[in-house]
Amino acid sequence: MTLSGAVFGGGFCDAPVESARAFRTAMSALARPGEIGVMGGVHPPAPMSVAAGILVLTLCDPDTGLYLAGDMDTPEVRDWVTFHTGAPLVSANQADFALGRWQALLPLAPYRIGTPEYPDQSATLIAEVAVLEPSGAVLSGPGIRDSALLSVPDVAALRANAAEYPLGLDFFFTCGDRLAGLPRSTRVSEE
Amino acid sequence: MYVAVKGGERAIDNAHAWLAEERRGDRAVAELSPEQIREQLGLAVNRVMAEGSLFDPDLAALAIKQARGDLIEAVFLIRAYRTTLPRFGATDPVDTGAMACDRRISATFKDAPGGQVLGPTFDYTHRLLDFKLAAEGEVPEAPMAEPRREATPHITDFLNNEDIIEREPVSDATPGDLTRVPMAFPAGRDIRLQSLARGDEGFLLGMAYSTQRGYARNHAFVGELRIGRVPVEMEIPELGFAIEIGEIELTECETVNQFKGSKTEPPQFTRGYGLVFGQSERKAIAVALVDRALRWEELGEDNQGAPAQDAEFVLSHADNIQATGFLEHIKLPHYVDFQSELELVRKLRAEAGASATLADREAAE
Amino acid sequence: MNAYNFAYLDEQTKRMIRRAILKGLAVPGYQVPFASREMPMPYGWGTGGVQVSAAILTPEDRFKVIDQGADDTTNAVSIRKFFERTAGVAVTERTIEASVIQTRHRIPETPLRADQILVYQVPIPEPLRFLEPRETETRKMHSLQEYGLMHVKLYEDISRHGAIATSYAYPVRVAGRYVMDPSPIPKFDNPKLESEAIQLFGAGREQRIYAVPPHTRVVSLDFEDHPFEPTKAEHDCDLCGAADSYLDEVIIDDAGGRMFVCSDADFCRGRREAGQSGAKAGALS
Repeated sequence: MTLSGAVFGGGFCDAPVESARAFRTAMSALARPGEIGVMGGVHPPAPMSVAAGILVLTLCDPDTGLYLAGDMDTPEVRDWVTFHTGAPLVSANQADFALGRWQALLPLAPYRIGTPEYPDQSATLIAEVAVLEPSGAVLSGPGIRDSALLSVPDVAALRANAAEYPLGLDFFFTCGDRLAGLPRSTRVSEE
Repeated sequence: MYVAVKGGERAIDNAHAWLAEERRGDRAVAELSPEQIREQLGLAVNRVMAEGSLFDPDLAALAIKQARGDLIEAVFLIRAYRTTLPRFGATDPVDTGAMACDRRISATFKDAPGGQVLGPTFDYTHRLLDFKLAAEGEVPEAPMAEPRREATPHITDFLNNEDIIEREPVSDATPGDLTRVPMAFPAGRDIRLQSLARGDEGFLLGMAYSTQRGYARNHAFVGELRIGRVPVEMEIPELGFAIEIGEIELTECETVNQFKGSKTEPPQFTRGYGLVFGQSERKAIAVALVDRALRWEELGEDNQGAPAQDAEFVLSHADNIQATGFLEHIKLPHYVDFQSELELVRKLRAEAGASATLADREAAE
Repeated sequence: MNAYNFAYLDEQTKRMIRRAILKGLAVPGYQVPFASREMPMPYGWGTGGVQVSAAILTPEDRFKVIDQGADDTTNAVSIRKFFERTAGVAVTERTIEASVIQTRHRIPETPLRADQILVYQVPIPEPLRFLEPRETETRKMHSLQEYGLMHVKLYEDISRHGAIATSYAYPVRVAGRYVMDPSPIPKFDNPKLESEAIQLFGAGREQRIYAVPPHTRVVSLDFEDHPFEPTKAEHDCDLCGAADSYLDEVIIDDAGGRMFVCSDADFCRGRREAGQSGAKAGALS
């Protein structure tokens, strides 16, 4: 297989500084569910969004297994991820990170949710969503003063995930150059 | 204006300048070079390499000079440097059986193929100060002999052939690395041995000694102790084969320990193992004894509650860089916490005083 | 120092720490194991805080370091200088100007904002460690929320002394789940653990990172008949007159004369610059 030029491009120009900025945006989003962060500066291959691409570059490396779900699993995406991060591509049940459209990531059952003694050994899902805005489901819990609104894709699934606390999955929702975080500690309910 | 006991940037800079001056010592005396340390204080260099987890005699010598001979400080310098080095990959396991031995002794056999080679040892020196060393003068050359051409077999191989010692399981699994993955318990033997190889020589000496004195005694015989150089090879994926990238000096100790057996299994000797950078034989023997003590569970022995059997205790306290940092950090100001204790004790005393007065009054009435 | 990467640590190490920080934020108060690196300063001297700071700093940050509440204590000076050199960040002694504050033993008196991050240096992250030295046991206790031992210890204090005898590193329960060591801050600071800012805790030697997100419930353990009390010296600051700040007690003469001054040096200076003064301010200037 030959690698096209696009594989080598589209990453960080100054990784130490750009990844530091990107991490701060991601950290703030996960620490404050409902907050929508904006990221830019990389050009991942379609169908990966800019925000998802930056998250992968910032968090994944040879120590983390990445699962590409559904139509995210293209040769271009595989090559780009492998070239820029060295992350091994794995199945859902081995993944530290999973990336795909929400529907393609389902069902959530196979992902690792940690163990009672090591709840941190759980997967983080990067879910591409068509809409990301501060409306819809009501969020409450750590990081949120009173309550916040976020257009999450699936209230029932996220509620079930939160019910496993302190085990469970953590989510980033990405849409274009924007992202929001939803840790397992967030309680999600319908409006 | 009141000035608290606080040091600013200038105080730190001045302290460092003073330290540099003390390091140099009397300028009328010639300055030490790292080369002199490397060549003439080789055992100190070896200890710094072993506990620093980095085989580089020149850097270790430089660290010893910079640390004014404080070997733990020198280990710290090496460790802090080591963390910043990029990792290109892992070498193939070294073959100590192919070692060009400078020293090789066995306490379990009077003689064996390869012979007993004393090598450059202090063992039979009489510990009398040699005042000739205070005067300058060249050392006469040591007698030379032809080096042994063929590989020196491991003593335990002879026991293996008789099936009278436990077999080491052979595995191609990648061993863990406690410098990359946080220590978790229970720890496998790979992690335990890595921790011991980096551990403080003094701590391990004490732990090993305690097993000899009955705290989980395991009847160790030094099956073999060998010191020498081995080639280090690395697979280069682009080439498809391994190439030699250098040579390191190692000390390896294999102990033959008390046998185990049951109704179904015939009795067999067991093993302890120590492998350390450089000529570091006290450390290698200590590692082997402590390794053996830590294996009680996998060998189906009783937990006697001895310190050397307690993996969490031994591994959590063997690292002298962690230990010295935490020990010495109590020099840092703690006056905020002390103040809160002071307030609490004063308050409790005041309350105790008040209730005592009340009790006196009640008793008087 | 140009031979080193931005903020000293290599990128792979930073990613490992960043992943641990995210898991810490997702499970507030839970101690996430991380492969702490050997830093060029000793274990026990802030290596955990330094690694967390190194993983979060950006070139735009303004960095403040305090030890015992003061910016000019030697170890604070040393850490601040390290990041000035390796990350090229701007530094400040003013709490309100800082975007990242690394601290040992204090929480600033000035309430922190949402755009600030507080990084704690932690010596022993395990709140149960002095009751149970084994990691294998304490991990089990956390997983089962078996915190009875801690309450027994606090209650024994009450029966012996008439009060809870823990005055710093006072245990808290975070988001109703994990009991957490807030690092050796005086218990006076405990109420400030509920904050607008992200709070990150780094224990280098013990290889643990944990976190408290903004607006997270942090409750100091207590009993109905012995409620938690954040205490301080019963004085006002002799320099700025503040009645509500944590005080250092300083011996000022051979006769053992004392004065009380704010532990938070920036807070005290700010008040004096605004014209406030304490009982001994005039005598000393």
